[in-house]
Amino acid sequence: MRPFRYQRARDAGDAVGSAASLVRAGLSAVEAPTQFLAGGTTLIDLMKLDVMHPGKLIDIKPIARRHSEIEFKNGTLRLGGLVRMSDAADHPMLKREFPVIAQSLEYAASPQLRHMATLAGNVLQRTRCHYFRDVSWKSCNKRKPGSGCAAMDGVNRRHAVLGVSEHCIAAYPGDFAQALIALDAVVEILGASGAMMIPFAQLHREPGTAPDIETRLAPGALITAFMIPAGPWTRRSLYLKIRDRESFDFALASAAVALQIEDGAVVAARIALGGVATVPWRAHDAEAVLIGRPLDRNQAYEAARVAFAPANPRAGNRYKVELGKRTLARALLAAAALEI
Amino acid sequence: MNDRSATLDSPNQLNSGLHNSGAAPAGESPSGFEISMELRVNGQSRRLTADARVTLLDLLRDHLGLTGAKKGCDHGQCGTCTVLMDDRRAFSCLVLAAAAHGSDIVTIEGLESADGLHPMQQAFIDQDAFQCGYCTPGQIMSAIACVAEGHAKTEAEIREYMSGNLCRCAAYPNIVAAILQARGKLGV
Repeated sequence: MRPFRYQRARDAGDAVGSAASLVRAGLSAVEAPTQFLAGGTTLIDLMKLDVMHPGKLIDIKPIARRHSEIEFKNGTLRLGGLVRMSDAADHPMLKREFPVIAQSLEYAASPQLRHMATLAGNVLQRTRCHYFRDVSWKSCNKRKPGSGCAAMDGVNRRHAVLGVSEHCIAAYPGDFAQALIALDAVVEILGASGAMMIPFAQLHREPGTAPDIETRLAPGALITAFMIPAGPWTRRSLYLKIRDRESFDFALASAAVALQIEDGAVVAARIALGGVATVPWRAHDAEAVLIGRPLDRNQAYEAARVAFAPANPRAGNRYKVELGKRTLARALLAAAALEI
Repeated sequence: MNDRSATLDSPNQLNSGLHNSGAAPAGESPSGFEISMELRVNGQSRRLTADARVTLLDLLRDHLGLTGAKKGCDHGQCGTCTVLMDDRRAFSCLVLAAAAHGSDIVTIEGLESADGLHPMQQAFIDQDAFQCGYCTPGQIMSAIACVAEGHAKTEAEIREYMSGNLCRCAAYPNIVAAILQARGKLGV
């Protein structure tokens, strides 16, 4: 690990102010000279690998107490950015009212990592693409803009089939983000110019021609909370995750689904897909298929077909199209069968 | 990672385990490259100064001489560095020592009491829950937390909530048996 300066934040304003004074325009997230440190489970790992080498870390754990609330008031759930994954995963109210959120966290990582990692850090975790994580590979547009993509014709079994570009096929690795995008979450952000809110769906950027720019967060801005509106569909929701090993693994394919069913017909459907896309992925077209009809096996597979119609696989990850369809169909049928 | 040469504490301080930072308050130095910190380790207050890059695992092993927590992968994937940090299990290889300032740390060395071995340690012996033993300190710390969290209700739940600790010798059935044995004695 390369030398860096370490500073403890006094409050969120202090953290953002300290970061702002060091922001340089035009640098990618990986190259940014100042990074916030929370759980550290991605950052310290990537610093040891020399993928990231910030000159300064601002530790925001000292301000955790003010940003760790879980509140459900007036139909809106508010999750503080520094809530630990395990605290949300084990929260009885979340398990009852927003099962898809609790499950997406429970099935992620390992117990140790869930105790360490925070919700804001979780949504910003970096891809597990080995060409990104191993600096001995010279070509990685995410790590070194313009250097090419070694995954394109390399070992790409775990890579994305949705939202890809000719410059990057790295999969977004997270689970919680799928629950957030499915439920139309809003992100509260504190930046140098004050607080702002953006739809979670706008936080991440597809790789396009600039895979190194992963989010729309301004350099030095801090995620302080997530807001999730409750709806008639939030209780009838779940997260299904398919992986190589049964626990402590990233998704090969996953589905976050929420359904409102009245008199045997689907009134509202929310679908997000994990493990198969470059960013948290909402499948609006697939949702539209389900509306106004009973949810049977044919309907579930038709929605899955529509969800993966834009898929663009490579040699090693063609199986993900079929695996992703079956994962989504199974998730939809399981959600429809929930007794709530 | 090989940061040992970069740490400020010299090898002959290994046994003393303390780098006295005098009256300076815990916090970053003017340069920020070296950090003073105060933490409790196995019930004892420790005040140290170290390079900002030093992890909690390296602090325990190389600065405090507590070599029970092991360095396996050093990337939060194997679990053998597991310690309790403010009553929660954590991978000490991914925690900066500086970020552990103010924390209460328990390692495998802190389990034994006047009454002898901790019930989980005894259960690992009784159930033959290890072969080479390298993962064992992490397994035991994780197992204690698993029971305390209430995630040891069934064998399936134990397997799920112990998935952060790998055992290359595949002693898993015996580890599950040990946790079931200790669970009763820990009053959960």
